[in-house]
Amino acid sequence: MLEEAQVQTLARLARIAVEPAELPVLAAQLSRILTLVEAMEAVDTSGVEPLAHPLEPVPRRRPDTVTEIDQREQFAAIAPAMAEGHYLVPRVIE
Amino acid sequence: MPRWQPVIGLEIHVQLSTESKIFSGASTAFGAEPNSQACAVDLGLPGVLPVLNERAVALAIRFGLAIGASIAERSVFARKNYFYPDLPKGYQISQYAEPIVNHGRLCLTLPSGEEKEIRILRAHLEEDAGKSVHDLFPGQSGIDLNRAGTPLLEVVTEPDLSSAAEAVQYMRTLHTLVRFIGICDGNMQEGSFRCDANVSVKPADSPTLGTRAEIKNLNSFRFVERAINHEIERQIELLESGGKVVQETRLYDPDRDETRSMRSKEDAHDYRYFPDPDLLPIVISADEIAAARAALPELPQQREARYLREFGLNREEAEALSSELPVAEYFEALAAQCGDARQAANWVSGEVFAALNRDALPFSEIRVSSGRLAGLLTRIQDQTVSNSMAKQVFEAMWQGPEDADAIIEARGLRQVTDSGEIEALVDAVISENPDQVAQFRAGKDKVFGFFVGQVMKRSKGKANPQTVNDLVVSKLKT
Repeated sequence: MLEEAQVQTLARLARIAVEPAELPVLAAQLSRILTLVEAMEAVDTSGVEPLAHPLEPVPRRRPDTVTEIDQREQFAAIAPAMAEGHYLVPRVIE
Repeated sequence: MPRWQPVIGLEIHVQLSTESKIFSGASTAFGAEPNSQACAVDLGLPGVLPVLNERAVALAIRFGLAIGASIAERSVFARKNYFYPDLPKGYQISQYAEPIVNHGRLCLTLPSGEEKEIRILRAHLEEDAGKSVHDLFPGQSGIDLNRAGTPLLEVVTEPDLSSAAEAVQYMRTLHTLVRFIGICDGNMQEGSFRCDANVSVKPADSPTLGTRAEIKNLNSFRFVERAINHEIERQIELLESGGKVVQETRLYDPDRDETRSMRSKEDAHDYRYFPDPDLLPIVISADEIAAARAALPELPQQREARYLREFGLNREEAEALSSELPVAEYFEALAAQCGDARQAANWVSGEVFAALNRDALPFSEIRVSSGRLAGLLTRIQDQTVSNSMAKQVFEAMWQGPEDADAIIEARGLRQVTDSGEIEALVDAVISENPDQVAQFRAGKDKVFGFFVGQVMKRSKGKANPQTVNDLVVSKLKT
């Protein structure tokens, strides 16, 4: 069973604002997911290769050539704010 | 008070020399207009898929082989989750549990001449983040994503380094290696080679490691040394005054020469890695590894050792001639063509380096090919020109396309070795300078140089210096 404090930590890491009143509900719901995972862990998978992808094709690699053109103007049109070629965000200070 | 022993491990981000990004076809060229090389994949727009750059993989394999590491047949990309504006997806694609390169080593030659092996735990492929600009827009930060998605190989050592000086030496050795094998341009101003250091201290007799701090932003050899020394002192002071080192990320500020805690990295231990479902594992065949091994050039340290052993060069010369592949190839070609490695070494590290330096040229723009220079060195060997005349010929070769023989003929620089001709000059100088002859015979040996100088001057520098020496000696002594 997840503690409320763990849920709070997860919420902070995921940048999700959670009301204190929601914490017990979320803790219970997320714990049910973990219970499901535990149930799956009970299956014996020793000797089974991990599945990376259901299709398991041969992974493709791309030749090292520049194929993209500059589409900054189009991207700027959907960006919230842009100035002098930079995407603008609220100030982040280190 | 216990004696404190610093324990240091380095994580170096090596930017791989590719034309395009690790997962997109956008250019990696440095210095472009902000965001003009950031495509939909780099921006993390919905619906895009990363496709792996084959050259990034090839360069990682080459590096792994160069440090004697094992190349993973199967390695996996993972998502490293954190929020920062220059990371548009909210995660960095990296490798975590299954990196491409495992367990290599790099050998350092310490100033004492002693060798020390540094274990390299792993090297993994990942994408770079973008760049934040804080001083251009009042109250806001500007984000340039041109660098986002640039391929990096993060090279992680075991905590095998025990001083700031050793850390710098490791970094220099690695820097030489990655440039030599052509996987990175090594340009530190442009951020192609960046270092983070994990630093802790422990009592010298204690087997347990102390708590470490990670210092970021070490982008020059000088900063690395200063920042690590500073951090070692900070930790010792803290421990000796009864405090505790906190595991944290600290940023080095070169202007103030100090490290300070980075609050933004408070959750840095909690990246919640998981395999990236957008990317299949990298599968590398034995054939691919064998081909990469066959294409690997002889490495700088092996070449240096061979130059010491086979050519009898000293360590300094051997290092200067072996640390860059084009220089090493030029030197070896010249040595083979002129048949005298000693002479070839003198000329490359002397005249050739001096001329490049004077004209501020990179080695790739050398004006005299090894074949042309070998032609000149052969003329020194057969005494057609003296060594000092050869320097004039070299200068003319540097400025123009002619070969040594054409210049020697056109300028009449052929050395006079006919002893009859030189003898006449020696006789003349001796008979015209009776005072100096008397001084010499009275035991003033230094006057000897005067006679040689005069004879050389009259021959316009063309007399064979050895013949002149011999004749002056025999004439003065009789």
